[in-house]
Amino acid sequence: MVDLIAGFDLLLTPAVLFALLIGSIGGVIIGAIPGVGAPVAIAILLPATFSMEPIVGLTMLLGIYGSSMYGGSLPAILINTPGTAVNALTTYDGHPMTKRGEALRALGLAYGASFVGGILSIAALILLSPVLARIAPMFGSREIFLAALLGIVLVVIAHRGQTFAAGSLAAFGILLSTIGLEPVRYTQRFTFGFDFLSSGVDLIVVVLGLFALSQGFLLATQPDEAPKGERVVGNMFKAMTGVFRHKRIAAAGSGFGVLMGMIPGVGEFTAQFLTYTYARKTSKTPDEFGNGSPEGLVASESANNAVPAAAMIPLLALGIPGEALTAMMLSVFYVHNVVPGPGLFQNQLDFVYALFMSMMLLNVVVVVFVGLSSNMLMRIIRIPTRFLGMTILTLGFVGVYSLRNSITDCAIAAGFGMLGLVLKRQNLPTVPIILGMVLGGIMEVKLRSAMARVKTPLDFVDRPIAAMLAAAIVLLIVIHIWGIIRERRATSPEDSHDHDIHNSQQG
Amino acid sequence: MKTLQDLFQRYRRPGDFFIAALAFLFALFLLFNLPTQAPWLPRVKTFAQPAFWPGVAVIAMVVFSLLHLIGAMVSERIPGRMAEVLEWIKAVEYAIWFMAYVWLVPIIGYLPATLAFTILLTLRLGYRGWRWILAAAVFGTLVVVIFKGFLGVRIPAGEVYQSLPSGPFRTFVMTYL
Repeated sequence: MVDLIAGFDLLLTPAVLFALLIGSIGGVIIGAIPGVGAPVAIAILLPATFSMEPIVGLTMLLGIYGSSMYGGSLPAILINTPGTAVNALTTYDGHPMTKRGEALRALGLAYGASFVGGILSIAALILLSPVLARIAPMFGSREIFLAALLGIVLVVIAHRGQTFAAGSLAAFGILLSTIGLEPVRYTQRFTFGFDFLSSGVDLIVVVLGLFALSQGFLLATQPDEAPKGERVVGNMFKAMTGVFRHKRIAAAGSGFGVLMGMIPGVGEFTAQFLTYTYARKTSKTPDEFGNGSPEGLVASESANNAVPAAAMIPLLALGIPGEALTAMMLSVFYVHNVVPGPGLFQNQLDFVYALFMSMMLLNVVVVVFVGLSSNMLMRIIRIPTRFLGMTILTLGFVGVYSLRNSITDCAIAAGFGMLGLVLKRQNLPTVPIILGMVLGGIMEVKLRSAMARVKTPLDFVDRPIAAMLAAAIVLLIVIHIWGIIRERRATSPEDSHDHDIHNSQQG
Repeated sequence: MKTLQDLFQRYRRPGDFFIAALAFLFALFLLFNLPTQAPWLPRVKTFAQPAFWPGVAVIAMVVFSLLHLIGAMVSERIPGRMAEVLEWIKAVEYAIWFMAYVWLVPIIGYLPATLAFTILLTLRLGYRGWRWILAAAVFGTLVVVIFKGFLGVRIPAGEVYQSLPSGPFRTFVMTYL
């Protein structure tokens, strides 16, 4: 309770509240513009937040992360174009509702479900925090190593149909983390004699290249598109209350969101898939799913919005980011010499609470904003895509160049921008590279310190959490291979699939 | 209408074989360079070897990219590989635009370089008319004012600013623009 009050105190400073306001409103607008998602915005803003206090910088970035999905549901429902990758499922039921003349109801349900998902997940995590504070210290080097390895395994197998490419990209990320002067024995690794590689490849440079510049290149090369305007008439706040008719599904979505968010390597898509499947199986009208089912819409939006708060858990409690956005946020901690991990939950629980409460406040600010501004937002998002590409490249430059005024950094970022473009066009994921880079570094350090006390291989898993994590890794790989074999038997012809660039590859 | 499966699963695209082959060749190149670029030290335990993690990463890259390549070879070919690769090459132009912008900033200064970049690129992207040029100019100016003027990000003053007559105006330009 004392920590909760201290956390509230930490939050009530003008700088934090201002960052929250900018982050949440900016996040909604960015999320609503198809082609720019939270990863692009966070990558660009990251270097600018380094000069801020950690709580201020993180609040702003979390604001963008948590609010972008609200904004993303607007074009998903009205014009069948998801604003962010995780709103793709929202188009499935949201747009058919618009076509039926129920745009206001659909938007209200999406915002309401997002709000319920967001608030319930944060409340659950605040209640869970004291428990996490007790569990976190049980994570020693080998447990953190195994949790990071679990994250890598999960991010690889989560990309069904592209497991091999995802594995290869994650391994490439691990290799990137090893480039440069090795810190213990001072040997050069994969520098090929180039001085600029001695200090390693900077995570921010890679992130900006893969997420921001690649998106700029992609939009500039694609045919121009400008979303059409659609108007919504009626009382949005009243429409939002419609979600209370689907309390069970919204609660299930929040639950799945929290669980999937907490597990490294898994995120919004898995949470949405599980909630949607659950909602359809338990529905009285399962045939309506995909044709404008309010339950399907609530499932999609409550699940995705419950993830951001939960995704902070592995980052804060263990220092292990579970996906690309929290991996970016990890660098904010590193810049300020704050190492997130078990100690943070034990000694700075007020800081953790402050972050959670800022997310709660964010949901309130965003709901009020979207309730009043849907029609205005629809006008803002009508920026043509190629012009948007130019703006991303201009902003991407500030991000890379302001790091250390290095032209080499910009060239490396442009190289990763090209790689990102190819990956996006190929429907291949960029996230495994980032997770490989961050988790690879953590695994190297933790394995080295863990092995000092390990005599036989079984010693490595002689503690209960280590044993559980190791068993989970083995089990997941076995289940994945089994699933592939079963899928092979029921394979469908190649031309029955859609080989376009997938919606989730945009932004 | 997309099926639910299509919403969650991302299918192969034309060019899959090309990217798989490229990834495999790159992994092989790294593997051949492994002994010289990450040497195995004598009398050091395996897990403490500086070469251990690069080794794990490179071997995993070789194995996974080989499996990806085999997968691409045995899969049905999707037409349009050449057109797809040409699309990638087309994007190099914008990487050159970006690098030209990077090269210009320390010479002519952040604001002039940003205005040149935003306006010329807008024209290159096919937008015509004073409204677009104005929009690009306003956007460029806002970026400079917000990031350099307001947030104070570190971007050095342009060399040409030195030739301005000394005084408060030059100081202002060097600090904020």
